[in-house]
Amino acid sequence: MATNTYVAHAPGYVDNDGPKIVTRRFADPESHTLERYLATEGYDGLRKAMSMAPAEVANLVKDAVLLGRGGAGFPAGVKWGFMPPVWPRYLVVNGDESEPGTYKDRLLMERDPHQLIEGCVIACYALGLNQCFLYVRGEMALAQERIAQALNDAYANNFVGKGILGTDVDIDVVLHWGAGAYIVGEETALIESLEGNRGMPRLKPPFFPAAKGLYLKPTIVNNVETLSNLNWLLINGADAYKQYGSEKSPGTRMLAVSGHVKRPGVYEVEAGNISFRDLFYGENYCQGIRDGHELKMFIPGGGSAPWFFGDQLDLKLEASDVGAAGSMLGSGALVVMDDSTDAVRACLRLVRFYARESCGKCTPCREGTSWEEKILERILDGHGRQEDIDLLLSVGAQISPGRYPAASFEDAGLSAVPFPPRQTTICPLGPSSVAPIVSAIRRFRSEFEAKIVLDHGDHDEVDHDHEDNHDGHGHAHDADATAVAAGGH
Amino acid sequence: MSRLTPENELLASEIISRYPRPKSALIPLLHLAQEQDGYVADDAMEHLAELVGITPAEVLGTCSFYEMFKREPVGRYLLNICTNIACQLTGGEELLHEAEKVLGVRPGGTTADGMITLEDVECIAACTEGPCLQVNYRYEYRVDPAGLRKLVDDLRSGARTDIPHHGTLQRVRQHIPADRLGGIEAPEVAGTPAWFTARQAPPSEQKAGS
Repeated sequence: MATNTYVAHAPGYVDNDGPKIVTRRFADPESHTLERYLATEGYDGLRKAMSMAPAEVANLVKDAVLLGRGGAGFPAGVKWGFMPPVWPRYLVVNGDESEPGTYKDRLLMERDPHQLIEGCVIACYALGLNQCFLYVRGEMALAQERIAQALNDAYANNFVGKGILGTDVDIDVVLHWGAGAYIVGEETALIESLEGNRGMPRLKPPFFPAAKGLYLKPTIVNNVETLSNLNWLLINGADAYKQYGSEKSPGTRMLAVSGHVKRPGVYEVEAGNISFRDLFYGENYCQGIRDGHELKMFIPGGGSAPWFFGDQLDLKLEASDVGAAGSMLGSGALVVMDDSTDAVRACLRLVRFYARESCGKCTPCREGTSWEEKILERILDGHGRQEDIDLLLSVGAQISPGRYPAASFEDAGLSAVPFPPRQTTICPLGPSSVAPIVSAIRRFRSEFEAKIVLDHGDHDEVDHDHEDNHDGHGHAHDADATAVAAGGH
Repeated sequence: MSRLTPENELLASEIISRYPRPKSALIPLLHLAQEQDGYVADDAMEHLAELVGITPAEVLGTCSFYEMFKREPVGRYLLNICTNIACQLTGGEELLHEAEKVLGVRPGGTTADGMITLEDVECIAACTEGPCLQVNYRYEYRVDPAGLRKLVDDLRSGARTDIPHHGTLQRVRQHIPADRLGGIEAPEVAGTPAWFTARQAPPSEQKAGS
């Protein structure tokens, strides 16, 4: 088997020399077929699970400390335990991967759909439920086709459906697909979408999906990568699983490293055992920053994560360490930016994403994210005002009050602010838009200042708007903002 | 344009039967309408409302939330260029500008020949392969300006037979034969699966006890 190389049929995937759990079939170009799957321990995990009582399977997953791979990193076994003894209950698989920088679930769905389906059936068995909905992101046509084919084959061969493996167990797995909305990756929005509604998050508490989810019945929402571990975990057991990774984060996880590294790629790693430096500079991984440049900053866990810098390179990729240091590992998406990167432009790009994807349910997010975008745009267009930096922070504080999580900046005497942020919104989308703003201003304030034309001499009116904003009344008016920007010239 | 054809109406009932409540099928059904006409027509939305038992306004409410549903005709090919952070770092914005020049349209616009609609899109999960794009949701990786021009030529000349027309998402559909279906019931009537109640103890102990 080729090691340490790209795998042509799995774009971006790098087969490094580490242990493999979820990507162990990726080297085979036909890994998505039932025939190849059955030749490589396929559905052996399900056989094992069905030789046990459901509660034993759930305990095994709990013992293995299988952490959710969708972003929050909550132990799947513990989440499963939150279901009250109420039926019907549902499993919903979150394959709506769309966090900026995240690229792993798509590969798992395209390259090894049976591994995911087997994980779904094992989870359904453990939870005592018989209906599972596999929600695949709308834009992922190939993943949908691969899963549809795999489900058809699995149904025809008694791995899913009526009388699984010739027993009395009936479990249906239904392919569902979305239609383009980042927010649907949030679990309650995913449930709304699966009910046929606009994908807007539900207020929680009081009710979490485990108690009242789909159709207000107990519902577990698990990530694709989380469930893809179950085939291996059932075959090899919790102790073997815990041989890999760190004590707090057993097993492996998939990381996508993109941006200015020599070898961007999707790697399966024992995350808690390596540092960011190992990952970005290691021969087995990204092999360093591209020639002639140096690291400026990096995003450790998807677009919603506050930025890290050179000072944080020696941190291990351990959720608790990264959280204490002011960011999150999130969905395993690392974006590396070198010294050619314009911090303000990168900040605008991320903020624009949240402005475009805000579902509009909560006012601070709906209004705030587009204000952040407009202010950053005018700074970049040369119409920025001196007060804009503070205005950005002030709008951010309306969405996420208090000290926003941030990395330490020792040269400036600033210590880390731990994750997570506070929020005035139902879901974390709005607060996520504040991450690039606070990260960039705290570290590169001078870059913002350099872009701001200091004195246009004619913006008396403008200052009124500002005062309004600071009073909290000032979602001033589009027209005003435009007039102001135009008036600058 | 039109309501669902009789064949598509059959497909629609099959899709609806896979959900505990009919309305849950709405997004897949909207995709089906878009597959039929290339966009989601008003008449199709009215038809879907009848099929799942809700009002046309509710169908529109859902439809209008999601970026992939087009309520007006678009080009035969939807060219979606990612400009999100990982692609921005590797030239996604420059690629979008190149596309604007080559096609002579801005994002959201359709070429005069009706072949290509250009869009700038958010992260499409190919971040290690930037700048990347999708044509009718099929990926192209590490695209440079020359590659983009060739792609546009190939689309116009009909050389890309591997890419279906806009609207067709899955060329393989899930189909559950009636005798293989475990049984999907409305939440009001579904209860605890009998097998779960019977398997509280491990199978070995059950056998020992019986």
